Formats: sequence, C-alpha cells, structure tokens
Amino acid sequence: MSASVDAAAATPVPTRRSRGQTLRLYGRRLLRQPIATVGTVIFIIFLLMAVFGPWIAPYGFEEQSIPDRLQSPTLQHPFGTDNFGRDVFSRIIVGARGIFLLGGTGTILAVLMGTTVGLVSGYFGGLLDEILMRLLDVLLSIPSLLLALVLLGTVGPSLINLILVVAVLYIPMIARVVRSMVLDLKTKEFVEAARIRGERDSYVLFREILPNALPPLLVEASMRFSYSIFLVASLGFLGLGVQPPSPDWGLQINEARNYLEGAPWMLAFPALAISMLVVATNLMSDGLRRVLQPGREDS
Amino acid sequence: MAASAETAPGREGRTVLEIEGLSVAYRTEEGDIFPVRDVSLTIAKGESFGLVGESGSGKSTLAMGAIRYLPANGRVTSGRVLLRGEDLLSLSDKEMRNVWGSRIAVVYQSPGNALNPSIRTGNQIAEVARIHLGMSKQEAHQRMLEMLEKVKMPDPESVARRYPHQLSGGMLQRCVVAQAMMTNPELLILDEPTTALDVTTQAVVLDLVAELKQEFDSAILYITHDLGVVARVCDRVGVMYAGEFMEQGGIHDLFKRPLHPYTLNLLGCVPHFSLGPRRKTLNTIPGFIPRLDELPEGCIFAPRCSLAEPECRVAQPPLVRAAEDHLTACRRWPVVPTPAEHMATITADLMQARGAAENRLLEARDVKKYYPVPTQGPFRQDKRKVKSVDGMTVWIDEGRTLGLVGESGSGKTTLARTIIGLVEPTEGTISLRGEILGPTTRSRERDVLRRIQMVFQNPDASLNPRQTVGQSIGRPLTLFGTPRHEVPRRVLELLEAVHLSPSYYHRLPSELSGGEKQRVAIARAFAAEPDLILCDEPIASLDVSVQGSLMNLLTTLQAEKGTSYLFISHDLSAVQHLSDWVCVAYLGYAMEWGDAGDVLNPPYHPYTEALLSAIPIPDPDVIQKNIRLEGSVPSAVDIPSGCRFHTRCPRFIGDICIQEEPPWREGEGDHWIYCHHTFEALVEMQKETLRLADHDHGTPGVEVQV
Repeated sequence: MSASVDAAAATPVPTRRSRGQTLRLYGRRLLRQPIATVGTVIFIIFLLMAVFGPWIAPYGFEEQSIPDRLQSPTLQHPFGTDNFGRDVFSRIIVGARGIFLLGGTGTILAVLMGTTVGLVSGYFGGLLDEILMRLLDVLLSIPSLLLALVLLGTVGPSLINLILVVAVLYIPMIARVVRSMVLDLKTKEFVEAARIRGERDSYVLFREILPNALPPLLVEASMRFSYSIFLVASLGFLGLGVQPPSPDWGLQINEARNYLEGAPWMLAFPALAISMLVVATNLMSDGLRRVLQPGREDS
Repeated sequence: MAASAETAPGREGRTVLEIEGLSVAYRTEEGDIFPVRDVSLTIAKGESFGLVGESGSGKSTLAMGAIRYLPANGRVTSGRVLLRGEDLLSLSDKEMRNVWGSRIAVVYQSPGNALNPSIRTGNQIAEVARIHLGMSKQEAHQRMLEMLEKVKMPDPESVARRYPHQLSGGMLQRCVVAQAMMTNPELLILDEPTTALDVTTQAVVLDLVAELKQEFDSAILYITHDLGVVARVCDRVGVMYAGEFMEQGGIHDLFKRPLHPYTLNLLGCVPHFSLGPRRKTLNTIPGFIPRLDELPEGCIFAPRCSLAEPECRVAQPPLVRAAEDHLTACRRWPVVPTPAEHMATITADLMQARGAAENRLLEARDVKKYYPVPTQGPFRQDKRKVKSVDGMTVWIDEGRTLGLVGESGSGKTTLARTIIGLVEPTEGTISLRGEILGPTTRSRERDVLRRIQMVFQNPDASLNPRQTVGQSIGRPLTLFGTPRHEVPRRVLELLEAVHLSPSYYHRLPSELSGGEKQRVAIARAFAAEPDLILCDEPIASLDVSVQGSLMNLLTTLQAEKGTSYLFISHDLSAVQHLSDWVCVAYLGYAMEWGDAGDVLNPPYHPYTEALLSAIPIPDPDVIQKNIRLEGSVPSAVDIPSGCRFHTRCPRFIGDICIQEEPPWREGEGDHWIYCHHTFEALVEMQKETLRLADHDHGTPGVEVQV
C-alpha cells in the first residue's frame, strides 16, 4: 500500500494518494468477493431501472390494452400482462423508481437524523443520553409495520408522509449503531489527544469521531435500505403505499391476488423483483463491510 | 538453503525433540509465504530451550508448525520433527490428537483465555487426567491437588473450587501450568507465558518455570521476545530473525560472547540496569525486518548489519559450529566484536539536558482521585470509593524527567490523566510554574493546554485512523497559531526530528508499524512546543530494537528542546535509563521518591526492593536475591490499614506496620522512603539484594556490561 510514496526530492511535501486510487483499491477488494460483486451488479441494474425506467420500458406503465389482458409471458410481453392488459415487465421497471425514492430517501433521512441523535447521545452522555435512548426504546417497542400503519392512518399516505414514516422507523436502529461506535471511539487515545489540545466538541465529533464511525454506518444504512424495500412493498400491498395506478411492486402483488390461478406471472414477477433487490442489497452490504473494514470480521 | 544444523554431541539418547530442516508456508492473497525456512533444533530431556526473536521472526510459527498446530492456511512444506524418535509429521490426525495434551502441552500468553470461565478451575485441571490418563474422578482430583501443590499454589483446595475470574493473573498462569503438567508431558511449550503479567507476577511465574525443570524432566521450549526472561530460565537459546536461526548456543556462552551481529545488536537495544550515574545511548539497528515476500539475497541480516561485506550478499551462509554447542549463521563470526567493544564503539554518552537553574515546572500536590464503586442494581447504593490515587505529591523540574514506576493498579496512569486534566481530581491541586491550573481541560486556557502534552501507550489507538500523518501532526500547529502556509514545512521538520522521511506525510496510520506510529505521536506532542510531555508507557508494547531507538529519540529531543517528561512505566530498567527523578507508587500512594541514583541504590523501600529483584536482567551472571511478592495488589476500595504495603511486604515488622502509618524518612540528598524501617536497618538488610556482575572491576555503581 505504498501508492502514496512519491518521495520526489524536488517537492518537499509529497503528493497524497488520490481519491481515484482509493476507489480503485476498494474496487479491487470488491472484485475479490464474487458473490458481493454479483449483488452489487444486480443492485446497480435496479438503480439504473429506477433512474431511466420510463425510457427503457417497452410500454408505458399505464398503457392499457383490454384485448391483451391476462396474457401469459410472450416475446411481446416477457412477463405477461395484467388484468388491464398492462405490460408487467414495464410496470416492474418503472416501479423500481418508487422503491428507491421511498426507501432510499427514507433511509437517507433516517441516517441523517439517527446519526445526529447517536452522536449527541453517545458523546455527551448523562441525562440527555438517557432521555433520547428511552424515547427510541418506545419507538422500538412497537412493531414497525403496526407503527407505520398507525402513522399513515393518521396523516394519510402521501409521498412525503411515506418517506417520513420510513425515516422515523429506522432512526432508532441507526442511532444505536452510531451511539455504540461513539462510546467506543470517545475513549480512544486519539480522541483524548484532541481533548488535551482543547479542541471544540464540534471538531472532536465531526473530524475525529464521525469519520471513524462511517464504515459501520454505511453498512447499517445499506441493511436498512434493504429492510425498507420490504416495508414499502408491504405498505403498497396493504394499500397504504403509493396509490393506484402507480406501478408499485407491493400494489401489483395485491392486485394479482385475485388472478392467482389464471395469471400467476402477475404475482411471481413483482415478488421476484422484490426478493432479488433485497438479496442483492444484502450481499452488497456484506461486501461493503469487507471492503470498508477489511480484517474486522471473518464470516 | 543449506542451513542444516549440527546437533551438539553428548546429548544423544536424551534428546526429546528434534526438528530438522523444518519449513512452514502460509497461503495468503498474494501467494505462499515462508515464515519459517529450513530450521533445525534439538532439545534434550530436562532442558529448556529459549526461542528468542522480535515479532515477525517466526518463533511461534516454528513451534506450532513442529507440533502440527498451524492455522488452516498454514502447512509444513519440508523437514522432520521427531518426538523421542517418532516422526510427528507422519502421524494421522487421530494419533496426533493423542499426542497433543498427553505428550505435548502448550501454555499460551493469556492465562485468562486458556481456561473456561464457567467451569471451576479444579475440574478443568482434573479433566485432563481423566481424558488422557484414564483416571477415575477421585484419582484425577487427587492428582490435580498434587499438581497445584507442585506449582506452589497456596491453598490448592480452595483454589480448585474457584472459578477462573476469581483468581489473579499469576494464579491463573500457575493453574494453566499445572494443567499442562498433569500428564507429565515430554515436551512443554511456553509461548510468551509472562508477557501479559506484571513484573512482580512475572518473576513468580519464572521461578515456577525454573522449578519445573527440577520437578519434571520435560523438555521445555520457551518462546519469548525478552532476553532478560531467557537469561533467567533457559539453558540454551536460539535467536531467530525473519524465519531463520541466526545463532544457537548455551545461555552463558551466547550472552557473554555472541557470535552473530544480530544477537549483539539485540543485547545493545535493551537498557541494562546499572546503578551508576553514567548513562549511554542505546544501540539501534537500522532498517526493518525484511518482508517475507521480498527477502534479500545472501544473508538475510546483511542489509542491516554493520559487519556486512559484499560477499555476505552473495550466498546464504549456513549455520556453522563456531564452538562447542555454539552455532552461528554469520560467515564473519570470528570478527564479531565482544559486547564490551561493541557497546564502546556504537554508543555515546547520553546527551543530557543539564541546564541552568532547577526551576520547578509542575507540581501535583496531595492529588486524590476517587471513583464511586459501580452500583449493584438500582437500590443498592455503595458509598465506598475506588481510591485510584490516594494523596500523591510529585514535582517535575524544567528539562528533567520524572520516572513513575509501579505495578498495574498503582494509580500511575490516573495521576497522569489528572495532571493533564482528562479526569478531575477529587482533591489536590496541579500547578504549572506556580500557577494553579483548572481541574479539567475545559477549564484551562488554550496556552496552558499547549504546554502539557501526552504520548499514549497504545500506538494503534493514539492516531486517528482516518487522518494522514501530516494531518495528525499539523493539527496542533494550526490550532496553536502557526500560519497556515507554514504548517507543511513545520510538519516536515517535525518528521525529520523523529527520524521519519517526508514520504510519510500522506500515509495513513494503517500503513505504519507500531514504532512509526509512536514516532508520529511523539512528533504530534512536540508540535505544540510543550513544556512537559507525559509519556504513559509509550514503548511498552513495542519490540526491543524499536524500544531502544525510541528511548534514544526521547532523550535527544529532550536535550534539544529542554522539554520535561513524566515517564510512566512498569519497567525499572527503562525508567532507570531515562529518569532524573524516580517515584515508586503502590496503590495510589508514593512509597519512595527521590533522585534516580538514590532511589535505585540501597537503601530501598521494601517495595522498590521487590520490584528490583523481579526485573529480568539480560545477563545470566547477575545475582538477584529472590524477593517475591505473593498475591496481587489489594483492591483499591479497601486499602490496607497502617502501611498500605504491609499485606505483601517482604520486610514486614509486625503490628506497627498494620496499625500505624509509616513516617516519611528523609535520606541524604533528595531521597525519601515511606517505611517504619530506618535507613540504617534497610541498608543492613539489603546488601545482597542485587549484585550486578562486575565485569568492570566494580564497586556497585558500574555500568553493567554484558
């Protein structure tokens, strides 16, 4: 790992390892894990679907063709058609956007808020820590789907509300991970060295502690994202997610229930999409852990 | 590679273990590496063979390879291992399992991990006899008690009934040894068994190992990095370097007349305990142990060797017999200088910062730090306190070093953390140049904070893993007002001062060795241009050759910058080497304190005396009186009455020690002892405590020459 060594005598301060080199190193570590690589590739494919979905999809997701309803998979409709004659393949492609938008934004919000709570709680400790942690315990003690239903039932299932619900549900987990990292890091000698120098709390928190808590935080965030896919799909299935006719995967499964005997593809393909994305995300986050924290664990 | 060792004559028939041309390979991501290459050794019945080397020398791999106990990615690639003539490498796995535990026993570094915490110790020890000797429960129990008796365990019956967490480190290690000896194994492997222990406990365990040789006739393979330990318990030594033997020989021959430059250098790296005022720089070995995937051509030590000639780099020199039972891998062994010559040429008198006036820099007066006892549940308030520091007064003069010595639990680190403001003292004051400082870092002004810096013990945790070396050293500079554009230049100056090249500027801590990290930490401390640096065991976890160079570095920097140090250590040799003043602490209170020369010469406080007789001195000819402290340091919650040391004191008088606090007796010069004995009485008792080998026609007060 001596990529940085450029002891050219001409320049007194040698150049540092560039960001590109660091990324290449991470890339090499990832490629050594074939399973994680596969997971990452699948994840990226879904991500591209979410971004470019409407342009890739062969048909519009709302495009109905009653004569072609409930067709089994053919070359024209690789995943078949649904009860309105809409192309299931196109609806899955376009539906990825909703999952990423809700789950992804919700997770990011949860990470931002959970990290703040975890940092403050772990670093300052005392009464504040006690209060924050007990509040999170309350959130954790209610089954998450139930809590989501209650919240959405109260405020109504708008896009913003869905995102907020995902965020609220995952704040406790993120906060706990961050807090435990902070508790461990704040007794480390380099943090004490900073206190000895008289650094401000903000410097200690954001420059000394947070960067070292990032790898586990990223891993936790990717795990949370994979859970949020389930959550968003479940809410869609229960009719509390994005409202029809949007191509939400959970909603599609719900609609497919009535046609299970005649048109199982209506249910099979959205379900497959959900599990593929969840499994791929999990594989990726496993790989991420090994890339960011090599040698930390061996599983 | 043709380094086949010749076995010394006259020991055939008694040979227990014979390793011939053993090579071990590890599979890694970058391909196979060979941490042990073509190594041979023999150990006879009742003999103890010391395997010495720095970390990465392959000493543990050699031992574990020989008994086929390698991790999954390791394998023996060639060689023979004979245990009483039986080739271990040809045994089936099942046969090998029978050999382990019954004919070969291993004791590891950490006794706490070797025992199951949920089974009573006695049952664990007895189990061995039931499995391997087929004894009944009763017989096994009986044998277990005998064994505990043999390892000098006080009150074996009650120890056997206890769980591992209820025993001290020294007692645990004795249990593990007892367990290992249950089957009277032919070969006992001790892998750094005392590294995790305090000096005083280490001494007890080493005595035990020495006695084992008398009690049993097992062959002992003793793995350690500490030459002092080897000198105390081994009959023969093999010095390993990067996977090969550099030298093998009888303990006295090898220490008196090492025939390999590496051994010679290693001996020069450790500060030798001396009673005189004269101090020398320590030997340093340039460069690093080569990486196993890029070994140099020819002699593997040649790149770091001062005696190397061009021929040394051509072919690998074989291990040759230079004298009766003395093998060396140096082709120039006839010209290897004697230790005395060597030390005379490579060391210089220590530059000392003997400056002008004796200005008092820092004073910690009557410092107490009490912690509440952790409560046992919500409704049981425990009013008692853990008295980590219980009324200590120390002061440090400008440009001088105060050495603070004591076992773990003596409160040395807590005192340092109180001085720097990381913990708030319960009572007492800290003053810098007469000005009383705030109790915590938050209550101190920036300029006060700048004046006191700290170097921590654990090199892996003292640098932020996410910041480059340049950022770590540069931060105190920017914080304390160096103009931004000058920071990189100052960082480079500091790197140079700690002997690191500019190429380290952008490296991350994970790319540095332990010694390099500690250098960066020292540079960071000096970046603030402090008046005082607290060094909390900064070298304890490093290899000997690195320790020596860091101690040299600390002394030169002190001489250049006039910085004062508080040097905390459990290692009296290091403290003796670096300090002007010494304070010996026990259970949060000073026992003896004064000028280094006075404290470390008789009369001693009985506690200092015990510490002195416990340090392993790397010279088999030194005579140390056996003064051993039994048991462990008492709990800091219930501090013994009267003199707090009376429960373990080897010079215990009687009721007076239990009932009355001893007076502070003042001796000649600056020397205070906290004891009921008078100075005269102590002098009389302690004549024989430590006699250093006087190779130099000496009265006590002569530098120990190896």
